[in-house]
Amino acid sequence: MIRIFVPIDTTACALGADAVAAEVALLANNRGMAVEIIRTGSRGAFWLEPMVEIEADGNRYAFGPVSPGDVAGLFGAGFPGICQHPLFLGKLTDIEWLARQDRLTFKRAGVTDPLSLDDYRQNGGYEGLNNALAMSPADIVAAVTESGLRGRGGAAFPTGIKWLTVLNTPADQKYVTANADEGDSGTFADRLLMEADPFQLLEGMTICAMAVGATEGFIYLRSEYPKALQVLKQAVATAEAANLLGNNIGGSGRDFHLQIRVGAGAYICGEETSMLESLEGKRGLVRFKPPLPAIEGLFGKPTVVNNVLTLAAVSTVLAKGAAYYQAYGSGRSRGTLSVQLAGNIRRGGLVEVPFGASLRGLVEDFGGGTASGRPLRAIQVGGPLGAYLPESQWDTPLDYEAFSAVGAMLGHGGIVVFDDSVDMLEQARFAMEFCAVESCGKCTPCRIGSVRGVELIDKIGNNENISGNLELLEELCETLDAGSLCAMGGLTPMPVRSAVKHFPQDFKRGLKNGPGGQINV
Amino acid sequence: MHSSSGDPAAIVASAVRKFADIPGGLLPLLHEIQAGLGFIPFDGVAAIASGMGLSRAEVHGVISFYHDFHDQPRGQKTIHVCRAEACQAMGSRKLEAHVKTRLGIDYGGTTKDGRFSLEPVYCLGNCACSPSIRIGDDVFARVDADRFDELLGGL
Repeated sequence: MIRIFVPIDTTACALGADAVAAEVALLANNRGMAVEIIRTGSRGAFWLEPMVEIEADGNRYAFGPVSPGDVAGLFGAGFPGICQHPLFLGKLTDIEWLARQDRLTFKRAGVTDPLSLDDYRQNGGYEGLNNALAMSPADIVAAVTESGLRGRGGAAFPTGIKWLTVLNTPADQKYVTANADEGDSGTFADRLLMEADPFQLLEGMTICAMAVGATEGFIYLRSEYPKALQVLKQAVATAEAANLLGNNIGGSGRDFHLQIRVGAGAYICGEETSMLESLEGKRGLVRFKPPLPAIEGLFGKPTVVNNVLTLAAVSTVLAKGAAYYQAYGSGRSRGTLSVQLAGNIRRGGLVEVPFGASLRGLVEDFGGGTASGRPLRAIQVGGPLGAYLPESQWDTPLDYEAFSAVGAMLGHGGIVVFDDSVDMLEQARFAMEFCAVESCGKCTPCRIGSVRGVELIDKIGNNENISGNLELLEELCETLDAGSLCAMGGLTPMPVRSAVKHFPQDFKRGLKNGPGGQINV
Repeated sequence: MHSSSGDPAAIVASAVRKFADIPGGLLPLLHEIQAGLGFIPFDGVAAIASGMGLSRAEVHGVISFYHDFHDQPRGQKTIHVCRAEACQAMGSRKLEAHVKTRLGIDYGGTTKDGRFSLEPVYCLGNCACSPSIRIGDDVFARVDADRFDELLGGL
């Protein structure tokens, strides 16, 4: 039986992977070949998707990007063997874009069948949980603290400290929640993890439950990820059947029940307290802090709220030890960062590297510059609330503190590249518009200020009293920054101010493409 | 995708029975009703409220807070066009103008034949191959005006 691997994640399928798999099956059948088509997660080299792999001499070899129309030609050239064909990429380990990464969290992505528990276990899965089950809760928390792991959702809070707070807060019920409301534009790492290696998230959450004494958990998944939902549902059912979730996990005498809840299209529900409100079945209004969710979280009980990648990384920390994980990274940013190269980029996808690499290195060496071939002009890092960086800042190392020092943020690691056709006034306007659309409405500066921000930027675009209105815009940004409970209102000024500061010429010549029109609330 | 064939009152009652005792069950309940009917009927709000031990205002508040929930009938399929930054960097502003013209509706609208509703979406997690759209539960990558017309023609 010849084994052929075709990815099944959202991006590969959005590029036609299902049709490619069907064509491969059809043509193999026509030729009387016995083949097994295994749908893997993607390796995240999205510029090469759909990437089809074969096995030969104990190695995997790849072809890509393959369209359904290419399949007949591939068979003609000798597929599914190693063959001369323009789409032949060679041995997987020789593809530099992948080989140059340090894959800890994404080591199985694209390699295995996401829903095969055997694949997961044969590739190091559940070693972390096995170790954790033999440790005291305090020792598990200590390992996470020593690893230096910080929250990957964007806030970069030390994970071990959060867990310790939950562990040390007595309660009749505690919860573990995975924030899978990955709403930032330019990010897809959580999605890829859930679609390509879902058991890793389940394992991380179970380890967390053992560490803090929780028996109930929730994955809060955004509704924009229907494929991830299907994969997670099946993974949870498989883990339950294998006694890796539910009562008396692995005979340990400890219980952990996991539910999946689907969001309903509100960006703000990625903010942790808004997410908790939503899990409680309410409007996603942001809560005051304190009390911290670690002390009074879901249904008023101590709750861990962690990003998908944070929880996934815990499985590596417990499997390989804190020192192993801690050895990667720079400064106080330890471990690996899952960078997502997006937007106008030639070689986009997921790049997992230790913290400390330069932004320019990522965008130019891995990314290969713009997809359009035009010069790079601006790079937005950290999602819609992140700064637009001009060329003078592209040598900033990808490290939480280094980004903070230049008035930017790393956030969830999304990097959106723009070429020189971008109009930064339009981008600043969009930041305010997005805030107006997605604000939960609790804080006036965010709810109303964002609408005023759109109006001001439109005036500037129409050449009305530019310097006066820029001054007003800065005052408005101060109000949002200082007068909002959460990052939505607090950080919307970041893309706006960075656009004004670094690209002032775009605010002094009127709108290139006419007025922006209505806000789509 | 929704069936829109069932009896609204029965679908609401069944969803209420299923989720009434589940902590935080209102969102899954609303998703279930919407999956069955395509929208949350106004007439169902009172039944949802009494079943969940909430006021009608609270139920209405949740329905109106979330972009996904609708209180009016919808087209058979929803087309989501991504408006977020990664797609903007690849020309989504042009694409969205084309889609609106082609369908003859703005965001929030439904075509006269009832086949399509159009909604904005802020990221589909497909940002390395922008611009992206979603039709039903299928996501499509690198969509320009021609590709959109081709996809629409195939529906």
